[in-house]
Amino acid sequence: MKQLSFNKLYFEGIKDAIPISIGYLPIGIAFGVLAKSMGIPYEISILMSLIIFAGASQFVGVNLIAIGTSSFEIVLTTFILNLRHFLMSSSLSQRIDYTKSKKFLSLISFGVTDETFAVASLKEELKLSPEFLFGLNFTAFFAWNFGTFLGIFLAESIPKEIQSSMGISLYVMFIGLLIPAVRRSTKVLKIVLVAIFISSALTWVPVFKFISTGWIIIITTIVASFIGAKFIHGDGDE
Amino acid sequence: MSREEMVLLVIFMAIVTYIPRMLPIVLFKDAKLPHFWRAFFSYIPYAALASLIFPGIIYSTGNIYSAVFGGIVSLILAYYRLNVIIVVFGGIIGAYLAQMLI
Repeated sequence: MKQLSFNKLYFEGIKDAIPISIGYLPIGIAFGVLAKSMGIPYEISILMSLIIFAGASQFVGVNLIAIGTSSFEIVLTTFILNLRHFLMSSSLSQRIDYTKSKKFLSLISFGVTDETFAVASLKEELKLSPEFLFGLNFTAFFAWNFGTFLGIFLAESIPKEIQSSMGISLYVMFIGLLIPAVRRSTKVLKIVLVAIFISSALTWVPVFKFISTGWIIIITTIVASFIGAKFIHGDGDE
Repeated sequence: MSREEMVLLVIFMAIVTYIPRMLPIVLFKDAKLPHFWRAFFSYIPYAALASLIFPGIIYSTGNIYSAVFGGIVSLILAYYRLNVIIVVFGGIIGAYLAQMLI
Protein backbone atom coordinates (compact mmCIF):
# COMPACT_ATOMS: atom_id res chain seq x y z
CA MET A 1 0.00 0.00 0.00
CA LYS A 2 2.79 2.37 0.97
CA GLN A 3 4.68 1.45 -2.21
CA LEU A 4 1.60 2.33 -4.27
CA SER A 5 1.30 5.87 -2.89
CA PHE A 6 5.00 6.47 -3.54
CA ASN A 7 4.57 5.47 -7.17
CA LYS A 8 1.60 7.80 -7.42
CA LEU A 9 3.69 10.78 -6.28
CA TYR A 10 6.42 10.06 -8.82
CA PHE A 11 3.77 9.62 -11.50
CA GLU A 12 2.12 12.94 -10.65
CA GLY A 13 5.49 14.64 -11.13
CA ILE A 14 5.97 12.92 -14.48
CA LYS A 15 2.48 13.97 -15.57
CA ASP A 16 3.01 17.60 -14.54
CA ALA A 17 6.26 17.64 -16.54
CA ILE A 18 4.43 17.02 -19.84
CA PRO A 19 3.94 20.72 -20.71
CA ILE A 20 7.59 21.37 -19.78
CA SER A 21 8.70 18.52 -22.02
CA ILE A 22 6.68 19.93 -24.92
CA GLY A 23 8.63 23.14 -24.50
CA TYR A 24 12.02 21.56 -23.83
CA LEU A 25 12.08 19.30 -26.89
CA PRO A 26 12.22 22.05 -29.55
CA ILE A 27 14.60 24.19 -27.50
CA GLY A 28 16.83 21.17 -26.85
CA ILE A 29 16.75 20.50 -30.60
CA ALA A 30 17.64 24.13 -31.28
CA PHE A 31 20.54 23.85 -28.83
CA GLY A 32 21.83 20.71 -30.55
CA VAL A 33 21.56 22.34 -33.98
CA LEU A 34 23.28 25.54 -32.84
CA ALA A 35 26.12 23.74 -31.05
CA LYS A 36 26.69 21.57 -34.11
CA SER A 37 26.66 24.58 -36.46
CA MET A 38 29.25 26.29 -34.26
CA GLY A 39 31.58 23.35 -34.50
CA ILE A 40 31.24 22.19 -30.89
CA PRO A 41 32.06 18.45 -30.74
CA TYR A 42 28.84 16.48 -30.23
CA GLU A 43 30.04 14.79 -27.04
CA ILE A 44 30.64 18.24 -25.50
CA SER A 45 27.06 19.38 -26.26
CA ILE A 46 25.69 16.11 -24.86
CA LEU A 47 27.82 16.51 -21.72
CA MET A 48 26.50 20.06 -21.33
CA SER A 49 22.86 18.94 -21.37
CA LEU A 50 23.68 16.05 -19.03
CA ILE A 51 25.56 17.92 -16.29
CA ILE A 52 24.65 21.61 -16.71
CA PHE A 53 20.94 21.28 -17.63
CA ALA A 54 20.34 25.02 -18.04
CA GLY A 55 19.15 26.27 -21.41
CA ALA A 56 20.30 29.88 -21.34
CA SER A 57 23.74 28.98 -19.94
CA GLN A 58 24.29 26.35 -22.59
CA PHE A 59 23.31 28.66 -25.46
CA VAL A 60 25.51 31.43 -24.13
CA GLY A 61 28.25 28.89 -23.39
CA VAL A 62 28.52 27.53 -26.94
CA ASN A 63 28.39 31.07 -28.33
CA LEU A 64 31.21 32.20 -26.08
CA ILE A 65 33.29 29.09 -26.84
CA ALA A 66 32.81 29.70 -30.57
CA ILE A 67 34.00 33.32 -30.38
CA GLY A 68 36.98 32.34 -28.23
CA THR A 69 36.03 33.89 -24.88
CA SER A 70 38.24 32.88 -21.93
CA SER A 71 37.06 29.98 -19.75
CA PHE A 72 37.00 32.19 -16.67
CA GLU A 73 34.59 34.63 -18.30
CA ILE A 74 32.36 31.80 -19.50
CA VAL A 75 32.16 30.26 -16.01
CA LEU A 76 31.48 33.68 -14.44
CA THR A 77 28.73 34.42 -16.98
CA THR A 78 27.18 31.00 -16.30
CA PHE A 79 27.24 31.68 -12.55
CA ILE A 80 25.57 35.07 -12.94
CA LEU A 81 22.96 33.66 -15.32
CA ASN A 82 22.00 31.00 -12.79
CA LEU A 83 22.01 33.02 -9.58
CA ARG A 84 18.27 33.47 -10.01
CA HIS A 85 17.85 29.79 -9.16
CA PHE A 86 19.13 30.64 -5.68
CA LEU A 87 15.93 32.62 -5.17
CA MET A 88 13.78 29.89 -6.66
CA SER A 89 15.36 27.15 -4.52
CA SER A 90 15.00 29.35 -1.44
CA SER A 91 11.34 29.79 -2.19
CA LEU A 92 10.89 26.03 -2.76
CA SER A 93 12.78 25.19 0.44
CA GLN A 94 9.91 26.79 2.37
CA ARG A 95 7.50 24.24 0.94
CA ILE A 96 9.43 21.01 0.59
CA ASP A 97 8.32 18.20 2.83
CA TYR A 98 11.65 17.37 4.46
CA THR A 99 11.04 13.68 4.98
CA LYS A 100 13.78 12.39 2.69
CA SER A 101 17.54 12.30 3.14
CA LYS A 102 19.75 15.25 2.26
CA LYS A 103 21.26 13.09 -0.45
CA PHE A 104 17.89 12.71 -2.15
CA LEU A 105 17.17 16.44 -1.77
CA SER A 106 20.52 17.40 -3.28
CA LEU A 107 19.74 15.11 -6.21
CA ILE A 108 16.33 16.74 -6.73
CA SER A 109 17.80 20.23 -6.51
CA PHE A 110 19.91 19.51 -9.60
CA GLY A 111 16.65 19.59 -11.58
CA VAL A 112 15.48 23.04 -10.47
CA THR A 113 14.95 25.18 -13.57
CA ASP A 114 12.69 28.18 -14.28
CA GLU A 115 10.10 25.78 -15.64
CA THR A 116 10.16 23.01 -13.01
CA PHE A 117 10.17 25.73 -10.34
CA ALA A 118 7.14 27.40 -11.92
CA VAL A 119 5.15 24.17 -12.06
CA ALA A 120 6.12 23.06 -8.54
CA SER A 121 5.67 26.39 -6.80
CA LEU A 122 2.22 26.98 -8.28
CA LYS A 123 0.92 23.63 -7.02
CA GLU A 124 -1.93 24.23 -4.60
CA GLU A 125 -0.72 21.74 -1.99
CA LEU A 126 1.02 23.47 0.89
CA LYS A 127 3.79 20.87 1.12
CA LEU A 128 5.66 19.55 -1.91
CA SER A 129 6.71 15.93 -1.70
CA PRO A 130 10.29 15.06 -2.73
CA GLU A 131 8.99 12.16 -4.85
CA PHE A 132 6.78 14.51 -6.84
CA LEU A 133 9.70 16.89 -7.37
CA PHE A 134 11.91 14.02 -8.47
CA GLY A 135 9.36 12.87 -11.07
CA LEU A 136 8.87 16.44 -12.29
CA ASN A 137 12.52 17.51 -12.47
CA PHE A 138 13.89 14.37 -14.04
CA THR A 139 11.19 14.01 -16.67
CA ALA A 140 12.05 17.57 -17.74
CA PHE A 141 15.75 16.59 -17.66
CA PHE A 142 15.05 13.61 -19.89
CA ALA A 143 13.12 15.74 -22.42
CA TRP A 144 15.93 18.31 -22.53
CA ASN A 145 18.55 15.66 -23.19
CA PHE A 146 16.41 13.85 -25.74
CA GLY A 147 15.90 17.17 -27.54
CA THR A 148 19.65 17.88 -27.56
CA PHE A 149 20.24 14.44 -29.01
CA LEU A 150 17.66 14.96 -31.78
CA GLY A 151 19.12 18.35 -32.56
CA ILE A 152 22.61 17.01 -32.99
CA PHE A 153 21.80 13.90 -34.97
CA LEU A 154 18.68 14.49 -37.05
CA ALA A 155 17.91 18.17 -36.89
CA GLU A 156 17.69 20.15 -40.09
CA SER A 157 14.64 18.25 -41.37
CA ILE A 158 12.26 20.24 -39.11
CA PRO A 159 10.73 23.25 -40.97
CA LYS A 160 12.03 26.64 -39.77
CA GLU A 161 8.54 28.13 -39.17
CA ILE A 162 7.58 25.30 -36.86
CA GLN A 163 10.86 25.55 -34.97
CA SER A 164 10.49 29.29 -34.44
CA SER A 165 6.81 29.05 -33.47
CA MET A 166 7.78 26.55 -30.80
CA GLY A 167 10.16 29.11 -29.30
CA ILE A 168 7.08 30.55 -27.63
CA SER A 169 6.08 27.31 -25.90
CA LEU A 170 7.76 27.83 -22.52
CA TYR A 171 6.51 31.40 -22.30
CA VAL A 172 2.92 30.37 -22.96
CA MET A 173 3.32 27.58 -20.42
CA PHE A 174 4.25 30.27 -17.88
CA ILE A 175 1.10 32.17 -18.91
CA GLY A 176 -0.95 29.02 -18.43
CA LEU A 177 0.42 28.62 -14.91
CA LEU A 178 0.27 32.26 -13.86
CA ILE A 179 -3.14 33.44 -15.11
CA PRO A 180 -5.27 31.12 -12.91
CA ALA A 181 -3.35 32.41 -9.86
CA VAL A 182 -3.92 35.99 -11.01
CA ARG A 183 -7.65 35.29 -11.32
CA ARG A 184 -7.79 33.92 -7.79
CA SER A 185 -6.10 36.84 -6.04
CA THR A 186 -5.89 40.57 -6.65
CA LYS A 187 -2.67 40.63 -4.56
CA VAL A 188 -1.02 38.30 -7.06
CA LEU A 189 -2.32 40.48 -9.91
CA LYS A 190 -0.75 43.56 -8.29
CA ILE A 191 2.58 41.81 -7.80
CA VAL A 192 2.56 40.58 -11.40
CA LEU A 193 1.87 44.10 -12.68
CA VAL A 194 4.64 45.55 -10.51
CA ALA A 195 7.07 42.89 -11.77
CA ILE A 196 6.14 43.47 -15.43
CA PHE A 197 6.66 47.19 -14.95
CA ILE A 198 10.10 46.69 -13.38
CA SER A 199 11.35 44.13 -15.91
CA SER A 200 10.11 46.27 -18.83
CA ALA A 201 11.84 49.34 -17.41
CA LEU A 202 15.09 47.43 -16.86
CA THR A 203 14.88 46.06 -20.40
CA TRP A 204 13.96 49.19 -22.34
CA VAL A 205 15.05 52.29 -20.40
CA PRO A 206 18.44 53.16 -21.94
CA VAL A 207 20.28 53.85 -18.64
CA PHE A 208 19.71 50.21 -17.62
CA LYS A 209 21.12 48.82 -20.88
CA PHE A 210 24.15 47.35 -19.09
CA ILE A 211 22.01 44.98 -16.98
CA SER A 212 21.89 41.44 -18.42
CA THR A 213 18.71 39.33 -18.64
CA GLY A 214 19.79 37.12 -15.72
CA TRP A 215 20.14 40.15 -13.46
CA ILE A 216 16.88 41.68 -14.70
CA ILE A 217 15.06 38.56 -13.49
CA ILE A 218 16.88 38.60 -10.13
CA ILE A 219 16.34 42.33 -9.48
CA THR A 220 12.71 42.22 -10.60
CA THR A 221 11.94 39.17 -8.47
CA ILE A 222 13.51 40.62 -5.32
CA VAL A 223 12.06 44.11 -5.68
CA ALA A 224 8.54 42.99 -6.66
CA SER A 225 8.38 40.33 -3.90
CA PHE A 226 9.65 42.88 -1.39
CA ILE A 227 7.03 45.42 -2.47
CA GLY A 228 4.48 42.63 -2.27
CA ALA A 229 5.42 41.60 1.27
CA LYS A 230 5.75 45.19 2.50
CA PHE A 231 2.87 47.02 0.84
CA ILE A 232 0.47 44.55 -0.76
CA HIS A 233 0.44 41.64 1.70
CA GLY A 234 -1.91 43.13 4.31
CA ASP A 235 -4.51 44.68 2.06
CA GLY A 236 -7.71 42.72 1.68
CA ASP A 237 -8.87 39.63 -0.24
CA GLU A 238 -8.08 35.93 0.21
CA MET B 1 40.11 25.26 -27.21
CA SER B 2 41.16 21.61 -26.95
CA ARG B 3 38.65 18.90 -26.16
CA GLU B 4 40.12 18.38 -22.68
CA GLU B 5 39.82 22.11 -21.94
CA MET B 6 36.19 22.02 -23.11
CA VAL B 7 35.38 19.09 -20.82
CA LEU B 8 36.95 20.93 -17.89
CA LEU B 9 35.05 24.11 -18.79
CA VAL B 10 31.73 22.24 -18.95
CA ILE B 11 32.43 20.68 -15.53
CA PHE B 12 33.05 24.13 -14.02
CA MET B 13 29.92 25.49 -15.70
CA ALA B 14 27.99 22.59 -14.18
CA ILE B 15 29.36 23.30 -10.69
CA VAL B 16 28.41 27.01 -10.73
CA THR B 17 24.98 26.10 -12.09
CA TYR B 18 24.37 23.47 -9.43
CA ILE B 19 25.45 25.44 -6.34
CA PRO B 20 22.66 28.09 -6.40
CA ARG B 21 20.09 25.34 -7.05
CA MET B 22 21.25 23.08 -4.25
CA LEU B 23 22.41 25.27 -1.33
CA PRO B 24 19.04 26.74 -0.25
CA ILE B 25 17.23 23.40 -0.45
CA VAL B 26 19.87 21.51 1.52
CA LEU B 27 20.72 24.29 4.00
CA PHE B 28 17.39 25.99 4.69
CA LYS B 29 15.92 22.69 5.83
CA ASP B 30 12.75 23.55 7.73
CA ALA B 31 13.83 27.11 8.44
CA LYS B 32 11.17 28.97 10.40
CA LEU B 33 11.16 32.45 8.94
CA PRO B 34 9.52 35.59 10.36
CA HIS B 35 6.15 36.51 8.87
CA PHE B 36 7.52 39.18 6.54
CA TRP B 37 10.08 36.84 4.94
CA ARG B 38 7.53 34.05 4.57
CA ALA B 39 5.35 36.49 2.62
CA PHE B 40 8.39 37.58 0.60
CA PHE B 41 9.23 34.00 -0.40
CA SER B 42 5.61 33.20 -1.15
CA TYR B 43 5.51 36.02 -3.71
CA ILE B 44 8.71 34.99 -5.47
CA PRO B 45 6.99 32.53 -7.85
CA TYR B 46 4.63 35.20 -9.19
CA ALA B 47 7.26 37.92 -9.49
CA ALA B 48 9.77 35.54 -11.10
CA LEU B 49 7.19 34.20 -13.57
CA ALA B 50 6.04 37.67 -14.55
CA SER B 51 9.62 38.77 -15.27
CA LEU B 52 10.34 35.53 -17.14
CA ILE B 53 7.29 36.07 -19.38
CA PHE B 54 7.56 39.75 -20.09
CA PRO B 55 9.22 41.21 -22.10
CA GLY B 56 11.04 37.99 -23.18
CA ILE B 57 7.96 36.50 -24.86
CA ILE B 58 7.75 39.16 -27.57
CA TYR B 59 11.20 38.16 -28.88
CA SER B 60 10.56 34.41 -28.58
CA THR B 61 9.61 33.61 -32.18
CA GLY B 62 11.86 36.05 -34.00
CA ASN B 63 8.77 38.01 -35.04
CA ILE B 64 7.05 40.33 -32.57
CA TYR B 65 3.58 40.07 -34.20
CA SER B 66 3.43 36.29 -34.24
CA ALA B 67 4.75 36.15 -30.65
CA VAL B 68 2.18 38.68 -29.41
CA PHE B 69 -0.62 36.86 -31.23
CA GLY B 70 0.44 33.49 -29.78
CA GLY B 71 0.70 35.11 -26.35
CA ILE B 72 -2.82 36.57 -26.58
CA VAL B 73 -4.29 33.22 -27.67
CA SER B 74 -2.74 31.48 -24.66
CA LEU B 75 -3.79 34.33 -22.37
CA ILE B 76 -7.41 33.83 -23.40
CA LEU B 77 -7.19 30.02 -23.06
CA ALA B 78 -5.55 30.37 -19.62
CA TYR B 79 -8.16 32.89 -18.53
CA TYR B 80 -10.84 30.26 -19.11
CA ARG B 81 -8.80 27.85 -16.96
CA LEU B 82 -8.06 25.36 -19.72
CA ASN B 83 -5.39 22.75 -19.08
CA VAL B 84 -1.79 23.98 -19.39
CA ILE B 85 -1.12 21.59 -22.28
CA ILE B 86 -4.00 23.16 -24.27
CA VAL B 87 -2.70 26.63 -23.39
CA VAL B 88 0.76 25.64 -24.69
CA PHE B 89 -0.52 24.17 -27.95
CA GLY B 90 -2.90 27.11 -28.43
CA GLY B 91 0.02 29.52 -28.12
CA ILE B 92 2.23 27.55 -30.53
CA ILE B 93 -0.55 27.18 -33.12
CA GLY B 94 -1.48 30.87 -32.74
CA ALA B 95 2.13 31.94 -33.32
CA TYR B 96 2.46 29.54 -36.26
CA LEU B 97 -0.74 30.78 -37.96
CA ALA B 98 0.27 34.41 -37.48
CA GLN B 99 3.69 33.62 -38.97
CA MET B 100 2.02 32.03 -42.00
CA LEU B 101 -0.32 34.99 -42.54
CA ILE B 102 2.33 37.71 -42.27
